[in-house]
Amino acid sequence: MIVRILGEGQFRVGEDAATALTALDKDLDAAVRDDQQAPFAAALHAAVALVRSEGTPLAADEIVTADYILPFSDATVDEVRKLLADGTIAGDSIGLP
Amino acid sequence: MSVMKRVSLIFRAKADKALDRMEDPRETLDYSYKQQVEMLTRVKRGVADVATSRKRVELQMNALQKEINKRDVQARDALGKGREDLARAALQNKAQLQGQYTDLDSQFASLQEQEEKLTLAAQRLDAKVQAFRTRKETIKATYTAAEAQTRINEAFSGISEEMGDVGLAIQRAEDKTAQMQARAGAIDELLASGALEDHVSGGTDYIQAELDKLGAGSGVEAELARMKGEIAASAPKQIEGNGAAPSQEQEQEQEQAATAEQQAGDGA
Repeated sequence: MIVRILGEGQFRVGEDAATALTALDKDLDAAVRDDQQAPFAAALHAAVALVRSEGTPLAADEIVTADYILPFSDATVDEVRKLLADGTIAGDSIGLP
Repeated sequence: MSVMKRVSLIFRAKADKALDRMEDPRETLDYSYKQQVEMLTRVKRGVADVATSRKRVELQMNALQKEINKRDVQARDALGKGREDLARAALQNKAQLQGQYTDLDSQFASLQEQEEKLTLAAQRLDAKVQAFRTRKETIKATYTAAEAQTRINEAFSGISEEMGDVGLAIQRAEDKTAQMQARAGAIDELLASGALEDHVSGGTDYIQAELDKLGAGSGVEAELARMKGEIAASAPKQIEGNGAAPSQEQEQEQEQAATAEQQAGDGA
């Protein structure tokens, strides 16, 4: 499975890490739904640490899409709620006008 | 639904939308490549902007440190002159400046981290853009139109995700830099206007003025004493100098007085 951490690039993670990540993703989802910064930050921190330690960074010349994308390691719950609500990526210049 | 999945779908949707709008798949590659090169320029500029902000914060930290040291010297000076009230005011001001210094220090660390991350993002994107350029030529040369379409979609979506990531990272860096510049501007103004110094009641201008007064006071006393000595020494000469030439005895006395005066002056 390929996971991207925003701002840090893509990582290839194994089965075990993927399972642990899925559990943390549930915490992230609950925190986003309830708009709770502290549990959000805790789950995000754990997820990012897991991917960094268990994952292998993809080679720079591999051009693929990720299965999952984690927010920036220091993202706030507000920031992520906004991203999910808008469904748009600010500052992205790709695509046709 | 999974947060990680939803975020990835947002990125995917963006790429799909762009692909849908393009008629000739091969043109897509060239167009995308142009965009990538533009993005690369933007990231590099972003890195430079963050570095500029970091340097500015560093200069401010140096300026603040100087002010802090000055307060310290003033406090010691005041204590030496028996003015505990002035020493206290100087130390209160010092504590306040130290608070501001700590704030700047954390801003500095944050900017440094941002700079490092953006630098890495630029390197990553650079490598991907080079890889994309090679792949786009291969796709154009080797594959049939139908095959090419699939390959193009893959490459385009992959690079689009990278671009979206980097674009967001720059956006965040720009927002953060703008916030910090506003705060840095405020501190620059404070440092320039001297308002920082007057922030605590009493302020440093007051402290320095009092200390200067104490210093000047002792100087005035010394000068007064010297002048008194001069006047006392030259007084007989003025009174008796109107008549005939002074006697030898008187001349000797005057010489002695002049020597004493000179010695007193040298000693002062």
